[in-house]
Amino acid sequence: MQTTNSATTLIIGAGPAGMRCAETLARAGRRVVLIGDEASPPYDRVALSRWLADEITQADLITHDPARLAALGISFHGGSRVTAIDPARHQVATADGGVIGYDTLVLATGSRAIRLALPGAQLANVLLYRTLDDVRAMIDATGDGGRAIVIGGGLLGLEAAAGLAARGMAVTVLHAVDRLMERQLDQRASRRLSGHLAARGITIIENAASSAILGEDRACGVVLDDGRVLPAELVVMAVGIAPEASLARAAGLLVARGIVVDGQMRSSRNDIFAIGECAEFQGQCVGLVLPALAQAEIAARAICGEAATWQPATDSAALKVAGAPVWSAGLVECADGEQITLDDPDGAYRRLLLRQDRLVGAVLFGETADAAWYMRLIRDCAPIGALRETLPFGPAYQEAAP
Amino acid sequence: MSIRTTCPYCGVGCGVVAQPDGTLHGDPAHPANAGRLCSKGAALGETLGLEGRLLEPHLDGARSGWGPALDRIAAAFTNTIARHGPNSVALYVSGQLLTEDYYAANKFAKGFLGTANIDSNSRLCMASAVAGHRRAFGEDIVPGIYDDLEAADLLILVGSNTAWCHPVLYQRIVAARAADPARRLVVIDPRRTATCQDADLHLPLRPGSDVALFCGLLSHLADLGQLGAYADGEAVAAARAAMPDIASVATACDLAQGDVARFFDWFAATPRAVTLFSQGVNQSSSGTDKVTAILNVHVGSNRIGKPGATAFSVTGQPNAMGGRETGALANMLAAHLEWDRPGDHALLAQFWQAPGLALRPGLKAVELFDAIGRREVRAVWIIGTNPAFSLPRAAAARAALAACDFVAVSEVSANSDTLGFAHVQLPALGWGEKDGTVTNSERMISRQRAFRPAPGQARADWWAIAQVAARMGHGAAFSWRGPADIFREHAALSGFRNDGARVFDISSLAAISDAAYDALGPTRWPCPAEGPAPARLAGGAAPTRMVAVSPRPPAGRTDAEFPFLLNTGRIRDQWHGMTRTGLVPRLMAHVGEPFVAVHPDDCALIDGALARVGSREGAAVLRVRHDRGQRRGELFAPMHWTAALCAQGRINDVVNDFVDPLSGQPEFKHTPVALSPWPAGWFGFLLADTARPSLAPWCALIAQPGGVWRHELAGPEQPEAAFARLVERLDLPASAPRLCDAHAGRFRIALIRQGILRMVLFVGPAPLLPARDWLAGRIGTAVAPGERAALLAGAPPGAAAASASVCICHGVDSAAITGAIAAGADDVAAVGAATRAGTGCGSCRPEIAALLARVPVPA
Repeated sequence: MQTTNSATTLIIGAGPAGMRCAETLARAGRRVVLIGDEASPPYDRVALSRWLADEITQADLITHDPARLAALGISFHGGSRVTAIDPARHQVATADGGVIGYDTLVLATGSRAIRLALPGAQLANVLLYRTLDDVRAMIDATGDGGRAIVIGGGLLGLEAAAGLAARGMAVTVLHAVDRLMERQLDQRASRRLSGHLAARGITIIENAASSAILGEDRACGVVLDDGRVLPAELVVMAVGIAPEASLARAAGLLVARGIVVDGQMRSSRNDIFAIGECAEFQGQCVGLVLPALAQAEIAARAICGEAATWQPATDSAALKVAGAPVWSAGLVECADGEQITLDDPDGAYRRLLLRQDRLVGAVLFGETADAAWYMRLIRDCAPIGALRETLPFGPAYQEAAP
Repeated sequence: MSIRTTCPYCGVGCGVVAQPDGTLHGDPAHPANAGRLCSKGAALGETLGLEGRLLEPHLDGARSGWGPALDRIAAAFTNTIARHGPNSVALYVSGQLLTEDYYAANKFAKGFLGTANIDSNSRLCMASAVAGHRRAFGEDIVPGIYDDLEAADLLILVGSNTAWCHPVLYQRIVAARAADPARRLVVIDPRRTATCQDADLHLPLRPGSDVALFCGLLSHLADLGQLGAYADGEAVAAARAAMPDIASVATACDLAQGDVARFFDWFAATPRAVTLFSQGVNQSSSGTDKVTAILNVHVGSNRIGKPGATAFSVTGQPNAMGGRETGALANMLAAHLEWDRPGDHALLAQFWQAPGLALRPGLKAVELFDAIGRREVRAVWIIGTNPAFSLPRAAAARAALAACDFVAVSEVSANSDTLGFAHVQLPALGWGEKDGTVTNSERMISRQRAFRPAPGQARADWWAIAQVAARMGHGAAFSWRGPADIFREHAALSGFRNDGARVFDISSLAAISDAAYDALGPTRWPCPAEGPAPARLAGGAAPTRMVAVSPRPPAGRTDAEFPFLLNTGRIRDQWHGMTRTGLVPRLMAHVGEPFVAVHPDDCALIDGALARVGSREGAAVLRVRHDRGQRRGELFAPMHWTAALCAQGRINDVVNDFVDPLSGQPEFKHTPVALSPWPAGWFGFLLADTARPSLAPWCALIAQPGGVWRHELAGPEQPEAAFARLVERLDLPASAPRLCDAHAGRFRIALIRQGILRMVLFVGPAPLLPARDWLAGRIGTAVAPGERAALLAGAPPGAAAASASVCICHGVDSAAITGAIAAGADDVAAVGAATRAGTGCGSCRPEIAALLARVPVPA
């Protein structure tokens, strides 16, 4: 992918996808300008939970410090928010009044965390869980211990809950439906996870509909629609994300839920690409880092003139909550699916979902060492056949273990 | 303190040197085995535990002590005879009895009950050989000795899987052939058995066509002018009429003409030829004629009674011969005395001082149980045998026993299928506890000696018989102090007014002292008081004659409804009803479940499926084993399984009850049957530290090492329902690790308590479940946290699939043997050197040879 083309690629968004795209292009000899609205140098967003849990420091998060960016030849503008795109002029405007021109534009604007429209949702100590600043605020709020309420029992909410608990807070998770991580886990794994968290002092309230956040200028609790009042010194909302496509929409690009792209991550304009969580391919937005990184590389190769095509692959989610490894991939529910469960109530749990002799989903709880093998089976989409009997026991039981 | 005794299994009668703790080895000084033991004999020490033993007398199901139990038998016999006459009572006894027990039983029945309704399970085993011997020699004489098998230049095994059923004899044969490879071995058997592995020629003849084959051989020898002094014109003419030439033999026997011709040529060219025969000959509706056809060839061609030239009947049971000597069969008197020989009845009545001695023969086994069913016999005492499982059409025998006014059973095992019908249960002595003599197939009398104390209240059978006799007023005739007294009486009777009239004469032992009896070494009869007698009989002084016989087909005919022929028999490592061998894990390793062998082209069922084998008499459900050694259209099933280990595996429920008209021996090896899939919805196995019989509609129990019981299970339900039912029945907790694949019908669960694996249950829709050995070995062992769920895989990660056990002495499986072959071991001895397989009892050497034939040896 060596090229001497001096045309400029401008990348908006210095998250993992934007950074990967920038680095790939820079290594290919392209001129790259990277703009991020967070002040920090590019960091590993996935590792925020470990910082929150006090397992690593803030400095450990940084993946590309200024020196490394300089070495790569990437022109990085941190803390700089793009306010508009002018596709006709091939330039963007920034909040500080600047204008940056481009030959090719890559949108890597990611997602924004959803703030529920509840009374009191804007109070100072009602936090989201998305950015480095969000986590900084959460860590600051844990200083005196106290009580925290996490609204949302999905992947992010539970990471936040575990992190806050690790920092000494008494945490209650409010989850709107009857099982945690319902998009990734089946009923039984979810139960096992609840039990595991409860055993570590995290209170889980399922079927909990929050109706308001109490407090004058600082939140002091959450009211549920059944009238229960749960006092708290910190409220974290982790109820979901939405693709950040407002710039693209304003610029007249085709946007559905996300910015609509083709297999080369090209938007409805030939010279504008979109990658990561803000992009929508065949009606799907990715929500995890690995496919976002893959998209970044696809876009970079397209910009360099290579014919690479994005193949949506199955998502997987790995989570480690207070020592309980949880992993899931593919479908969780499937009307015509067949499930295999291997359940040790005092040990590991795995549930495999098959459809038409293919592995289409897997949930592992307690022991996730075989996750990569299941991931490959789901991605390969090959017939399982005689493998079925030993499938729950992992690659160690296969004749030609990979 | 070593005790010399005799193995209680087959009729080879091997000497055993045993210690009170049960450690034992073959007796190097015994002429039968010269130190060898087979797999079963070598495991005798593992059968001496008291688990499952009947140790106390029971009356109507309650412990009673001996007095009331004996009183009840005496009263039942007295009252029944008073009301219905002496022939309304009967004894049914066993080739497991010692000669002294046999003698007591026969004297009691014929002499003092006044009925000849005493038959032995030898009727199921040796009766046709006995009838054939009596026709040829006027007496039940086995003319040859074991040495003849080694001296023969041509050895013909007919209807005998000698390698498995008389393994030590077979090892002697193999050794003799190794010493002189010019010696030929011909096996005549519809099945290609392990015995065929080493044969120069196997004739897989049509079942029941043995008479045609040997009539053809007789014609052939006549054509060659080879018949000698004993040749009988009528017998030869009958043979020639039936089988004039090789072509007619080939057609009648369904053999290739060339094979028949080769066999006939070899025989004609070999003066030293021995024909050994066993149950394939005897257990036939023309069994007596088969024996006669064989004897005719040997008598007619003067190949009888000489070293290396004889016909030879090998007995199935340890003391079949002893039972015949004492006459404990319905159609014999005692000591080879005959009802139809003038003076014999009076002689015996005089000797026994028994004026009421039965006047005519009694009912033979099958007739006897029919008579019980018709309530003509109303009181029966069964000693040392299990007719509820072992008789043909066994369900009818059970119905007869259930309806019988009075049943007494003397037993070693508390799990006998027959015991449940008994009003009186008497605890008998087992091997190692009882004391007396047995006679093997070559007329060798050997001592079985006690080397362990009598357990519980168990007593000798002769003692129980004498006690009942005394209660009935015959104490004086049964006042023996011990087995030596009985033996002396038996020996004295054999010589009583004999004067050479009867070959069976052991009168030189009539005055044996107690000490000499205790010390008695192997002694071949005849041994008359007059002095030493030749080892080989017939062809000399004894009358020897041919009898005209013609082939006739077996009684049962296949038809559209019952298109297969069922053959039954023994397997290598089991004995009879498995009360001893079925408790020994290493003996259960060879074959663990009742099976039906079928040619794969005859059967749409996969190997390992369950099949229903049904006849007009009844049905059994057996594991399917594909076997290209079966003739098309013919099945084989082992005889061994009783309700104790597999209620559905009782093959004798299926066997028809046609009998030989002369010998009364049932045709166990020829029943028309249908073979159909058993409609199993699920298959499974349970491994646990206790046995749980009848867990499922089909359930086989298999003892494993370490006190573990393997349960092979199947039933008609869907797997999910069966699993749920079993989990509830076994009370398995919600915390037990489990695998559920409902769509595939696969369910597995493990019970782990305090970190120890207690139980594993696997259920699936097909018989293709993981091998059990590894899991069975894990029961009772500690489970690491990381392997809890992996136990449900049934194997350790990356393990090679378990392979079948071949050598049980040294625990070598077929994978190890094929591995050794692949590494260059090119014969049985080399495999033995590499793996130790086949270097113990040697019973598995034919199977090693079969593997050698299949696996290419690297050049």
